[in-house]
Amino acid sequence: MSIWNDPLKVAAKWLLGVFTGWGMPEFAANLLVGFLGVLILISILMVLDIGLVWVERKVVARFQDRIGPNRLGPFGLIQPFADIIKLMVKEDTTPAGADKVVYNLAPMLSMLSVLILWAVVPLAPTILGVDLNIGVLYIIAAGSIGTLSIIMAGWSSNNKFALIGAFRQVAVMISFEVPMLATMLIPTILAGSMGTSAIIERQEIWYFLLSPLGALIFLVAAIAELGRAPFDLAEGESELVSGYNIEYSGMKFGMFYAGELLHAFTFGGFWAILFFGGYRFFGLEQVSPFLAIAVILFKAFIGYWLIMWVRYTLLRIRIDHMLAFNWKFLTPLAFTLIIVTALMNALLAGTPAWFYVTGMFLSNVLVAWVALEIARSYSRRERERVEGRKVVEVGH
Amino acid sequence: MTGEQIVFLVVAFVTLGSGFMVVTTRNLVHAALWLVAALFGVAVTYVTLNANFLAVVQVVVYIGAIAILFIFAVMLTRKDLRDQGPQMNKNWWFGAILAALTFGGLYFLLQGWEGMTKTATSYPVSFDAISELGSVLVSPSGYVLPFEVASVLLVAALVGAVYVAFNPRDTRK
Repeated sequence: MSIWNDPLKVAAKWLLGVFTGWGMPEFAANLLVGFLGVLILISILMVLDIGLVWVERKVVARFQDRIGPNRLGPFGLIQPFADIIKLMVKEDTTPAGADKVVYNLAPMLSMLSVLILWAVVPLAPTILGVDLNIGVLYIIAAGSIGTLSIIMAGWSSNNKFALIGAFRQVAVMISFEVPMLATMLIPTILAGSMGTSAIIERQEIWYFLLSPLGALIFLVAAIAELGRAPFDLAEGESELVSGYNIEYSGMKFGMFYAGELLHAFTFGGFWAILFFGGYRFFGLEQVSPFLAIAVILFKAFIGYWLIMWVRYTLLRIRIDHMLAFNWKFLTPLAFTLIIVTALMNALLAGTPAWFYVTGMFLSNVLVAWVALEIARSYSRRERERVEGRKVVEVGH
Repeated sequence: MTGEQIVFLVVAFVTLGSGFMVVTTRNLVHAALWLVAALFGVAVTYVTLNANFLAVVQVVVYIGAIAILFIFAVMLTRKDLRDQGPQMNKNWWFGAILAALTFGGLYFLLQGWEGMTKTATSYPVSFDAISELGSVLVSPSGYVLPFEVASVLLVAALVGAVYVAFNPRDTRK
């Protein structure tokens, strides 16, 4: 065991030796080492978050055919730090009639709900916070704290736009939680465990190949959970000004904003963990844990980039369309997919790998095709009802 | 006093204090938020008991769904979020007697149970509580009957919710 194979344990052991050498009791030293570990992880995440502001602004600029931040430093790299200083020194306003305690608690809870997710993110085979055997459920539980923070922010601001935004956002979050949890159960079925590190370890073949439809539904539900376009009607600049965070200024707004960016990046990471093998990349993770960290960060950035791509390409969806899409299409589809996956997984157990993969893949394609056919015939009937005549489709 | 006992006392105090605030605060949204705190305290108690699965389910179901639903219902149905009326009605003495009797009865019953004084043994190293729970819930010698009854009850509740929400006069089709 050296610093290159297992840096976390070596560092923890060394620190423990130092602290007990100072005459600290064993449990206090353990507590302090654990605390320092959390502090370091959160600090790295916050610095990464500052970088994400730059990444997001540069990428959106590319999508919109602009240059983006380009004045401060090379490629505008210092711009986010200038933004942070601006947010710090800005006047911190509290609206009249606001519920002060709840108002100040909401941004903290919002950031916290994202940061605690990283406790179950395995960065390398040996580097992870806790190996919870219920990792998947833990992710959903952290999300429900985020939901709570949004309704607290919207209500305590004493502003009707904030309240409407919060209502919309919470309605979206509690409904898209259902297909998300359902699709998270698919890697659970395939791996036979809910723990994130166990899911990665048993992912000999990317679960994306075994369940492409599950990965797609998870991505859609994750984007809705994040409240990003096309599901950004909580913000709705043109109608609600800014939604639940309209009354927040300075660093409190910064907490919501940074929390949202880090949340998107984190879900890119979870997409990679659940469907793209996490830190695994052709045995690269066995060479060095640092390479494994690089692999998982790279995959998380690809997921994050995909989320941004969707965000800056699609238009906002109306709330009734969105809820109908969730409850009448995505949720039944996700549940059907779980049943089909569980059945196929049991039927194809023990068959050769190529047969297993092909069978799983084809069953997914079949489910997707049937679902799209049903949706198409439904929408044709709707169009006939609205337009009051028989719609003849061309090209079919 | 061990560290575990200190944690337990702090958590129990916070849980009970939040529970007390739920019934005494006049602002209904604050009451709902204090309820969240109380439910979170219960989740932490589960964690100290090594019941991680129950703790996370407690957060998902009670905080993520039920508390949010409470807040929604309070915000959508009340014009004024402050409770104006008296906080006690004339049956308060009956409720107090019932609560005292329940507490006394439970205390009496648990006094005679040897689990109260025994220290629980910790899990073996390779014990997977969640897969154990999963197989017990669906095995015929375990709890498959209560599990299925609960599922049927939930399905009935779902059907009932759809029936209540369904408007037969809505002749869109």
